[in-house]
Amino acid sequence: MALTPDDVRKVGSLARLALSDNEIARLTPQLNDLLAQFARLQELNTDDVPPTSHAVPVKALLREDVTAPSLPREEVLRLSPHVDEYIGGFIVPQVIGE
Amino acid sequence: MEYEVSVGMECHAELLTNSKMFCGCENAFGGDANTRTCPVCLGLPGSLPVFNKAAVEHVIRTALALNCEISMHTIFHRKNYFYPDLPKGYQISQYGQTPIGINGYLEIETPEGAIKKIHITRVHLEEDTGKSIHIDGLGYSVMDYNRSGVPLMEIVTEFPPDVQSGEEAAQYAENLRSVLLYLGVSDGRMEQGSLRVEPNPSVRPEGSEKYGVKTELKNLNSFRAVRLGVEYEAARHVEVLESGGVIVQGTYGWNDEKGETFLQRPKEFEQEYRYFPEPDLIPIDFDEDYIERLRVTIPELPLAKKRRLMEQYGLPSSDAALLAQDQASAAYFEKAAKSAGDPRAVANWMSGDLTRLANAANTPVYATPITAENLRELVTLIEKGTITGKIAKSLIEDMFTTGKTASALVAEKGLKVTGADEALSIVQKVIAANPDVVAKIKAGNEKSAGFLVGQIMKEAKGQARPDDVNRLLKEELDKL
Ligand SMILES: [Zn+2]
Repeated sequence: MALTPDDVRKVGSLARLALSDNEIARLTPQLNDLLAQFARLQELNTDDVPPTSHAVPVKALLREDVTAPSLPREEVLRLSPHVDEYIGGFIVPQVIGE
Repeated sequence: MEYEVSVGMECHAELLTNSKMFCGCENAFGGDANTRTCPVCLGLPGSLPVFNKAAVEHVIRTALALNCEISMHTIFHRKNYFYPDLPKGYQISQYGQTPIGINGYLEIETPEGAIKKIHITRVHLEEDTGKSIHIDGLGYSVMDYNRSGVPLMEIVTEFPPDVQSGEEAAQYAENLRSVLLYLGVSDGRMEQGSLRVEPNPSVRPEGSEKYGVKTELKNLNSFRAVRLGVEYEAARHVEVLESGGVIVQGTYGWNDEKGETFLQRPKEFEQEYRYFPEPDLIPIDFDEDYIERLRVTIPELPLAKKRRLMEQYGLPSSDAALLAQDQASAAYFEKAAKSAGDPRAVANWMSGDLTRLANAANTPVYATPITAENLRELVTLIEKGTITGKIAKSLIEDMFTTGKTASALVAEKGLKVTGADEALSIVQKVIAANPDVVAKIKAGNEKSAGFLVGQIMKEAKGQARPDDVNRLLKEELDKL
């Protein structure tokens, strides 16, 4: 199943990427090459292989529920050029609804 | 045409833990914005999440209490979307076939007292998002990431839905909240948003196999809002369909003041979250021993407790429901009712005077200076006839303020019931002092006897048994 330029544009918009027509023309065959690689993997018979979500044979570690110091707020807010000093928060475009 | 209502229920509960889901930042409510964040919950590059054991156990215990099977191999996923409340650009959640809990049910009681099973398809663990702050006139929103990464549990009912009315939706929410409180996994504060109940109502013509288009309800801050919101929305669906319209899929908010829903966001297209297994987290494998050790920590659950209180103590359904709302109240009651002659009297004192006093002092009933043993003694003193109900009513006030026992106060104040002999002499004295009233009664004005009873009780300082007074007064009057 080959991707069309429209598919690529859609995947791009899901990732918030504004792709130019030139970029789409370049990326469409590249993504199709990647899909072709996966199509080869699909040919393998995996009937007896349990679904694997992680390749490393280690057990998950659970940490005890204890608190650790958070970062000082000034340090956190310094990460953004758009800060509302009064509220002490990051400025983002107006969010409607919720 | 008649319509059937179906309501899918989605509930999110913030879990009661000390720290967040994947980092050591404190899990708390309120406080200054952005004071509880770190590289993990801000999604800074290079940071790695580590599971909070308490959060995982809270979800397992909830799943067990909801009669779920536990996925012994549970996987976490990234739910990808862009929104300012999600600093990583994805939410860690559980997708697909192996959430922690699957295929369970919660029982609710219908208004007729019958038990109905509400089937649950999944109970999973995820993380909460940050919070956006809007102030009119600013022209922008402000993000506070204190809530980002707080452990969140999602509980979703099975399709097709078992819930068929606003009343049942509210019952389900109320009972689920009680279960969460019993388990100690959530504080269940709907008004603060730590428990979010989101019903998805739809309607279809009666007998139709095909389910109608559903809408999602949000901002329901109370059980009442859940009931009214579902009822309003279902009626609106019927109206739209009857007038030949179509239901607009989307998220609807609830306006509590106007008592109506409003379209918040139409669903223009199916969201594509591009879920994939979270590479930063290894799947968790549980063993049977571990699950069994958690299973034994599940207490008697609210509905079972309510029904046992009704059966064991002969309580009416409403009293039992009130007591079973929280474990501490029920435990207090059982301690007080043990060996008291009439458990219903204990329940009445609890729901009456004790609740009034406790509310005025802003403490729960079980934490007032009146211990369960003290309440039991008070009730026993009435049952034995040592004091009247009227004296008990004033005693309980003193017990509340002083913390003393009923018997200590009786001794201290020299309170006791006026004996029948003493009562007789008071009756005779009052009759002698009121010849005109007696004459009226003799002339057939029976109502005037009430005046004499009042005088006698006053003379006895309220300590005479009303039965004694009425009987003796009638006997003495008959003699005249
Ligand atoms: Zn953190």
